[in-house]
Amino acid sequence: MRKRFFSSFLKKFRFGSKLMDVFYRFLSWFSKVKYYALRFLVWVAAAITFLVLIFIIAYILFNGTPHITPSLFSLKYNSRNVSLFPALVTTVLTVLSSLLIAVPFGISTAIFLVEYAKRGSRAVKLIRVTAETLSGIPSIVYGLFGMLFFVTFLHWGFSLLAGSFTLSIMILPLIIRTTEESLKAVPDSFREGSFGLGAGRLRTVFRVVLPSAMPGILAGIILSIGRIVGETAALIYTAGTVAKIPENPLASGRTLAVHMWALSSEGLYTSQAYATAVILLLVVILINALSAYTARKIAKNSA
Amino acid sequence: MQNFKEIAMKYVFFFAALFSVAAVSLICIFLFANGIPAMGKIGFFNFLLGREWSPNDVPAYFGIFPMILGSIYITAGAVIVGVPIGILTAVFMAEMCPKKLYKILKPAVDLLAGIPSIVYGFFAVVVIVPFVRAFFGEKLGMGGNGSSILTASLLLGIMILPTIISITESSVRAVPREIYDGAVALGASRERAVFGCVIPAAKSGIMAGVILGIGRAIGETMAVIMVAGNQARMPAGIFKGIRTLTANIVLEMGYASGLHREALIATGVVLFVFILIINLLFSILKKGDNK
Repeated sequence: MRKRFFSSFLKKFRFGSKLMDVFYRFLSWFSKVKYYALRFLVWVAAAITFLVLIFIIAYILFNGTPHITPSLFSLKYNSRNVSLFPALVTTVLTVLSSLLIAVPFGISTAIFLVEYAKRGSRAVKLIRVTAETLSGIPSIVYGLFGMLFFVTFLHWGFSLLAGSFTLSIMILPLIIRTTEESLKAVPDSFREGSFGLGAGRLRTVFRVVLPSAMPGILAGIILSIGRIVGETAALIYTAGTVAKIPENPLASGRTLAVHMWALSSEGLYTSQAYATAVILLLVVILINALSAYTARKIAKNSA
Repeated sequence: MQNFKEIAMKYVFFFAALFSVAAVSLICIFLFANGIPAMGKIGFFNFLLGREWSPNDVPAYFGIFPMILGSIYITAGAVIVGVPIGILTAVFMAEMCPKKLYKILKPAVDLLAGIPSIVYGFFAVVVIVPFVRAFFGEKLGMGGNGSSILTASLLLGIMILPTIISITESSVRAVPREIYDGAVALGASRERAVFGCVIPAAKSGIMAGVILGIGRAIGETMAVIMVAGNQARMPAGIFKGIRTLTANIVLEMGYASGLHREALIATGVVLFVFILIINLLFSILKKGDNK
């Protein structure tokens, strides 16, 4: 009698523990499934990012390449050939003049911040804050400012010069940041060695620090070329939209991106807009490859 | 002589460094000096909260509330589309990605950041707009011609991906390895360690990335103009068009004059103030991450 009671109790207990067991197993299964689902989602998100890029590039290259015709590269623009050649030349001119303004200022700023300034001084804080502010300002606000200051206040009119100055302010923070990072990556032993040999700070900066920071600075400059090439909103009301090669710095001209905006907003030249998109994309891919290549060079040098 | 050169160059570098300070102050001065008077003439609240924008009517109405809402709606849409994909992709790249795949994925994200916004806009015009028109507009009977809040949100969601990915990735990587190792040592699976321990530790960095993405989305101009429809009216649903602050400036600045032009500059001032607030939030969060 006693034995039977116990066994039945045991049975009950066993049953209960089985229930608990199933419950626990379900719990662990659920948490496993939850994390499997997360893992799945992570892969899906990465795949989406990658596929969207591939799709955009493939779609534009595939549909746009047939629209590239020799007449697009005629020397002068008219409404029949819709040539993008003047825009191409203007783009190169804009890139060169913007870099000419921004690079000396950007590199000097970085040199001051890294090599000269006392860390945490008020000037450094102010310069940091303003550079950060500049990097967050959207291009249309730059365009607005360029229009108010360079075009109207300084009476430059819609001109290459006004566009280049506007863009040079826009790319300044990018150049400052990349130069600063590559200056900081130069080991202090280089500087100490140079000082030890009797060189002054100036000589150390130009002969020792800058040469070894060069690849990083170049990578930053290449990236800013990419930003200039792709810029539209900051240029429409500063450099204007004239489809000619500007004859002097105070003449108006449109870059490839502005050219493309003009074409697609008129709505008549879809095939030419396609062709321009292809060329813009190719330029951007080339620039990114170049920048990655120079950046890899730094990694090799420092290793 | 040598000493003189040293000191002279030091000051040259210093004054060059003041260039960015000068640029920011000039931008502030010129924007505010040209924009604030218009706000005064129109009336501050009439300008910010006015529901009608009809600069060519007599009397003209300059209310930018529809455009403020437009910018906010489209940015919110972009956040809904872009943030989950961006954060998960960043987690993938920082924690789960095989090295070989990383070598392809990293340049791909950089390239995504490098594609000009005009090309994004053009792509959306030839692909996303027709798709939204055919699928949501006609098949599901939602109406609209494809240029809508939804289209702009999808496009901007893609465009802010690289910003969110790169900042999230670097802040996830900045989390000390011990946190992950400790979680795994306690028996957590890889996913559990990442999502339960590493991501909460990188929270403020991730938030900073999201905020920077919001800044990009609100300031984006050319791509939005091409796909958002640009009707200057109160939002009428996500399948209908809308105009953003940025679009308002570019569309009308070409022919505006007098008070109309000043009102457009004042629109720029409002946008600028939005961006300044976003930047401030960003730097506060970034500081929190450094602690």
